Amino acid sequence: MPINSTYYLFLSLLLFSIGIMGTLTRRNAVIIFMCIELMLNSVNLLLVAFSKMYGDADAQLFVFFIMVVAAAEVAVGLAIIVMMYRKVHSIDINILNRLKN
Amino acid sequence: MDIYAILFWMLSAMAVCSALGVILSRNPVNSVLCLILTFFSISGHYILMNAQFLAIVNVIVYAGAIMVLFLFVIMLMNLNADVEPQKGQLVQLAGVISGGILFLVVLAGIKAAKVESMETKSTDIGLIANLGKVLFQKYVLPFEISSVLFLSAMIGAVVIGTKDKTPAVTTEVKN
Amino acid sequence: MINYVYLVPLFPLIGFLINGIFWNKMPKTLAGLIGSGTILASFAVSLGIFFEVKSATFQGPVIVTLFDFIQSGKLNIPFAFQVDALSALFLLIITGVGFLIHVYSTSYMHHDEGMVKYFAYLNLFVFSMLLLILGANYLIMFIGWEGVGLCSYLLIGFWFKNRDYTNAAKKAFVMNRIGDLGFLVGMLLVLYYFGTLSYKDFFGQLSAAPANMSSVYGWIALCFFIGATGKSAQIPLYTWLPDAMAGPTPVSALIHAATMVTAGIYMIARSNVLYSLAPGTLHIVAIIGLATAILAATIAIRQYDIKKVLAYSTVSQLGFMFLALGVGAYTTAVFHVMTHAFFKALLFLGSGSVIHAMGGEQDIRKMGGLGRHMRITQLTFLVGCLAISGIPGLSGFFSKDAILTAAYAHDPILYFLGVVAAMMTAFYMFRLYYLTFTGGFRGTEDQHHHLHESPAAMTMPLVVLALLSIVGGYVGMPEVFSEHNLFDEYLKPVVTNFGEHHLAAGTEWMLMGISVAVSVVMIMVAFTMFRKPSFSPSTGLAKLLENKWYVDELYDSAIVRPIQSLSALLDRFVERMGIDGIVNGVGKTVKWGGDRLRLLQSGQVGFYIFIMVIGMVALFTISFFWVH
Repeated sequence: MPINSTYYLFLSLLLFSIGIMGTLTRRNAVIIFMCIELMLNSVNLLLVAFSKMYGDADAQLFVFFIMVVAAAEVAVGLAIIVMMYRKVHSIDINILNRLKN
Repeated sequence: MDIYAILFWMLSAMAVCSALGVILSRNPVNSVLCLILTFFSISGHYILMNAQFLAIVNVIVYAGAIMVLFLFVIMLMNLNADVEPQKGQLVQLAGVISGGILFLVVLAGIKAAKVESMETKSTDIGLIANLGKVLFQKYVLPFEISSVLFLSAMIGAVVIGTKDKTPAVTTEVKN
Repeated sequence: MINYVYLVPLFPLIGFLINGIFWNKMPKTLAGLIGSGTILASFAVSLGIFFEVKSATFQGPVIVTLFDFIQSGKLNIPFAFQVDALSALFLLIITGVGFLIHVYSTSYMHHDEGMVKYFAYLNLFVFSMLLLILGANYLIMFIGWEGVGLCSYLLIGFWFKNRDYTNAAKKAFVMNRIGDLGFLVGMLLVLYYFGTLSYKDFFGQLSAAPANMSSVYGWIALCFFIGATGKSAQIPLYTWLPDAMAGPTPVSALIHAATMVTAGIYMIARSNVLYSLAPGTLHIVAIIGLATAILAATIAIRQYDIKKVLAYSTVSQLGFMFLALGVGAYTTAVFHVMTHAFFKALLFLGSGSVIHAMGGEQDIRKMGGLGRHMRITQLTFLVGCLAISGIPGLSGFFSKDAILTAAYAHDPILYFLGVVAAMMTAFYMFRLYYLTFTGGFRGTEDQHHHLHESPAAMTMPLVVLALLSIVGGYVGMPEVFSEHNLFDEYLKPVVTNFGEHHLAAGTEWMLMGISVAVSVVMIMVAFTMFRKPSFSPSTGLAKLLENKWYVDELYDSAIVRPIQSLSALLDRFVERMGIDGIVNGVGKTVKWGGDRLRLLQSGQVGFYIFIMVIGMVALFTISFFWVH
């Protein structure tokens, strides 16, 4: 059967909500970070699907920039997590609550 | 069933299963490996949609660089399945339910929306030459600024990551 | 000269500004000179204006507009002065008597450290009073009305360090304010029904007005009269005047005898066209005037403070003036205003001289035989007493007789009650005179040594006022003496008496004779009673009179206390619990909310993400399913 574009929407949505469930369910900071990457990718997929739908190259370039930003974000985020680990020796987010009050 | 449909369903199944594997596995290393698999399947989707450049970049950047970083960090902290903390049952349930609700709401929204059909014939916009033209003509400024972004990210990561070299504070006792 | 009428209030205003701005650097004599000089200048201009008005070439009231004051839609109220017979006459009285009192004050207040402030206030008062008189519409009159109320407050409480004095000042101001509400309502009624506040337009409309509005006229007149009861100390708003004696004596002379308290009479005389259309209100005016005259006279019989006797006497004489207004004899009331200004100012200034000589003592039980040491004061005071008692030949006789005659022509009962009040007037005034100036001295040795005649600056005004009290009456001679009542004729273009009755000559002689006879009899009674006075604590009726019929206490328990407890009640319930509760409650709620919300900042990142997801869900729901 021909590929309906709504299938791509559903797929992306499914991946996104799986990512959300992962973010909410896990306590390990690194795993949560990975689920965020999963969500970003689902959005990338959606954007590429749209670019094919409308024949617009801008969406693909936007995906490119999302990847750029994601890379920078991972670098900094992991640095922060490593530093916290050095101080507290744990990456359980229940313990990483220094932002309290 | 033409080849595209088969490939589509296969890749989709692979993506969903490995995503589930990411969030459900107890060993963080297993999560990373499942995520790499997810990225590969998404790249497969890109090739299916003839976004060749993006497919390659996805593999190189995401699966190649970012996931390697993740692996490094996990190995550094020596995480394995026994020390993995788990959230309480209630909280996990709440998380799953809210994710599910989000899924349903947006699903309903999509159902109500009008979506254009996708052309199944191949288009050329995903080719690297065409993308390159648009990138360097229309989006050259964001391109340059993203280099600044990288610079700041690099500096930030280095600054945050260095060990402090504060000397130990000693107090002299006068006698 | 009439076009320069704005100079008349301008001079005192300048005096006020100079004395007011430089109050702590001005030398005292200079302040006195400036204060008196400005009034003298105003008097000179007023004299010029008066002669122009009196001359045969004067054609009706002249309105001098200074600038547009209020212009809003159809309402147009200019800041204008009206120069006519009535205002010119009052100008003379105010500036003339005012000047004499200013001169007196330069000597009386010389030892007071606040003398410069005093002259500033006095000049401000004269300015406000002149505004009141000169205004061409009710609004300017009201501005002056409020201004004199303010200056009265400032001057009564002049020695502000004494709590009793400041309370008296407050009392005066508050009671004036109550009356002012009536005045304001009256003004608004006039504005509503006639669309204008200026005398010319209003009276013009009245003369052509239909008769079915008579209840409106009655209400407007009544509201104005309520204002007059406050300012001119009639029942029920008179109790502030005796307490106002807390101020310096020249202030009592100027404000509470000669000028401010006559503002009510001026207002009614000015509005005579209106009042002639409201006979019912006139009746009320007469009754209240008469009642006040009798009540105040009874209280004065038993007072021992020299100034309080004079204060109650003022209230009583004002009652006479309102009686005259009430029977429609407006010009007679204005005539009595003039003569009363002369002899009452004289009496007050004389009492000031006495107080000055006694070193501040005001109780007449401690005086006596002062005549030996203060001839001029004694003689002028005697002239004043004779004038107020209505002895023939002096001014008071002509004006008081005119009032009683008019009252008789209206209703004989009013006349007889008026005679009773006149009897009491003669009695208490001569009681005061004998107790103060004759007999043996009853004070201390110290005071006896201190007795001396006052300096020239104080005795000169006394002499001038005594002369005026003697000759001032001849302008208003009644019909039996001369064909021309100069006073009535002079005021005729502006003030027309209502319901003129002509009595037979024989009746008039008889009435005159009765009133003179009773006055002389009462003087002799006072002479015998108070030659060798003995003072015993009052009992019975005397106690009632001495305590002013307990009216103040009545007001206190019937009005002041309930209002205070109501205010306390409102304070507790509405203010503290209600309004404060709401305002504090808002603060408390915000704080409570903040406390609760603070718990959200648990620092748990997982929780934050959870809330974010919930928020996203909500946003999606709203954007997909609620937006139409």
